[in-house]
Amino acid sequence: MTTEDMATETEADDDTDSLVTSDPGKGGLSENDDRGTVMAADTIVESRDLDVFYGETQALQNIDLAIPENQVTAMIGPSGCGKSTFLRCINRMNDLIDICRVDGELTFNGKNVYDEDVDPVALRRRIGMVFQHPNPFPKSIYDNVAYGLRTQDKTENMDAVIEESLKKAALWDEVKDQLDKSALNLSGGQQQRLCIARAIAVDPEVILMDEPASALDPIATSKIEDLIEELAEEYTVVIVTHNMQQAARISDKTAVFLTGGELVEFDDTDKIFENPESQRVEDYITGKFG
Amino acid sequence: MSNEGRTPDLTRDRGLQTVRESTYKYALAGCAVLSVLTTVGIIGVLFVDAAEFFASPAVTFGEFFTSTRFSPNLEPVSFGIFPLLLGTLLVTFGAALVALPIGLLTAIYLSEYASQRTRSVLKPMLEVLAGVPTVVYGYFALVYITPALNVVIGGVNGALGTQFPTLGLFNGLSASIVVGIMIIPMVSSISEDAMSSVPDSLRQAGYGLGATKFNVSLRIVVPAAISGIASSFILAISRAIGETMAVVLAAGSRPPDIPPTQSAFGLLPYVAPGDLLALYSDSAATMTVAMINIAVSDLSGGSLAYQSLFAIGLTLFVITLAMNVISDAIANRYREEYE
Repeated sequence: MTTEDMATETEADDDTDSLVTSDPGKGGLSENDDRGTVMAADTIVESRDLDVFYGETQALQNIDLAIPENQVTAMIGPSGCGKSTFLRCINRMNDLIDICRVDGELTFNGKNVYDEDVDPVALRRRIGMVFQHPNPFPKSIYDNVAYGLRTQDKTENMDAVIEESLKKAALWDEVKDQLDKSALNLSGGQQQRLCIARAIAVDPEVILMDEPASALDPIATSKIEDLIEELAEEYTVVIVTHNMQQAARISDKTAVFLTGGELVEFDDTDKIFENPESQRVEDYITGKFG
Repeated sequence: MSNEGRTPDLTRDRGLQTVRESTYKYALAGCAVLSVLTTVGIIGVLFVDAAEFFASPAVTFGEFFTSTRFSPNLEPVSFGIFPLLLGTLLVTFGAALVALPIGLLTAIYLSEYASQRTRSVLKPMLEVLAGVPTVVYGYFALVYITPALNVVIGGVNGALGTQFPTLGLFNGLSASIVVGIMIIPMVSSISEDAMSSVPDSLRQAGYGLGATKFNVSLRIVVPAAISGIASSFILAISRAIGETMAVVLAAGSRPPDIPPTQSAFGLLPYVAPGDLLALYSDSAATMTVAMINIAVSDLSGGSLAYQSLFAIGLTLFVITLAMNVISDAIANRYREEYE
């Protein structure tokens, strides 16, 4: 499959694949969905006054955050600060938790994803996700990448798309001779790159990564980090990490969440790490707490 | 001095404790050995009497499996278990047709769709179903299922002009249905356990790729739990093969009437598939039911009829053992696949 073919297919999909179940033509997304005229720092995901509760406990408070397109945005903060919760709000994975309640607004391409008419399945087809622990399906390597394509009826030129995705995930050379082998025979780092390949195969606009390297050794981690920087050329990457050096190395923007579900500071990564506005952020980054 | 005082403290109880510990060990081992010995004893008895049976000049090994008449007490005696095998096959196949799909779909519902509260009500109810004495199921089939089926068949024949036969008082169809209902809890409960133990991270991966709930259930959870599901199928089928009381009440004690047969390969009796279907409308005694008949008839130890009991028992044992071996092999083949 040539790049042109892929582009055509993507556009065709975008036309039919609206977030809105009832009326595909309507609903804000289409107006802002013109990726041809995007400038470097256009906002793709934006939260306004976002509150999240787990039962009685408030996990996030009044979060205002604008995530720029085609950049890497990192979210750092101590355990329990709500950074993963925020990530899971973006593709509505929190819907799967019964006691979770979301107030406020979170827009994707200008459309509030918590509007009544938004189909979370359609949303997740455009916002992919990579999890903390590698979670390949107990299927072959090929079928792992094919799963999303089959689910989304994108089975045209599937072999080529799968090869392309595995190449983008820097895994192709290691697995090209064993595509029909179980994905569970791969090492942890390979499994995580397979999960990334699986996520990008369906050509999302945003990729959410929830501490994708925390379960991996340093070499596997550095491969994933290189990969994330490459992915940012084509996709918007939002990554949650415990590792501040990792955030400093790979991200363009950094959001610092502190205990209590509060977004304390959000700025260019260089600014956050060299000259943060907030004393609390400086204390956190220099290791005084957290 | 202090050392001498301390050393006995450390060792004093050892003798007693060792005795106590080894007593526990042998008592527990004894219980385990008891069940093994019982199994070995049963198998031994089965083999010995079955061997005597086959050693008798009145019956050969080949006749036992291929003769189409089973008449252990009436002259001329004949010990062909083919009709009984056929009865077992009919009832088991029909029961599997009822129980496997319903049981699996129930398991999917319980594991993937039902809320915590629904599950906490439904699961115990299913387990009650498993605890109902099988004789009650048989009676239920005889008194309710067969008449109800006849009403349905009459209605269908009237409306569509079809010629489905009316069911006899005892029939294979109601036995199939009732045994099927009986083994649903086995399928659903074991399958549900297998699906519940599929890690949630796999479901999340599916949802993260924009899969619907149904797709996640069918394409991720079911394949990941396939070894448990296959085991549940095979255990349930084994149970259906061995079921007796429900079958004798629902399907009667007369073996299926085998139509005049042609031979397949000049060896085995052959029943045309079309005739198989008709067999469901009439009495269909199984191997287990035939064993009951022999056991309750007036027979003397050492007679050929008495020994045939063990030959049939051995055949059943071999079939269920084979099923268990297959089940273990499947479970091993896919064990820990998602870990």
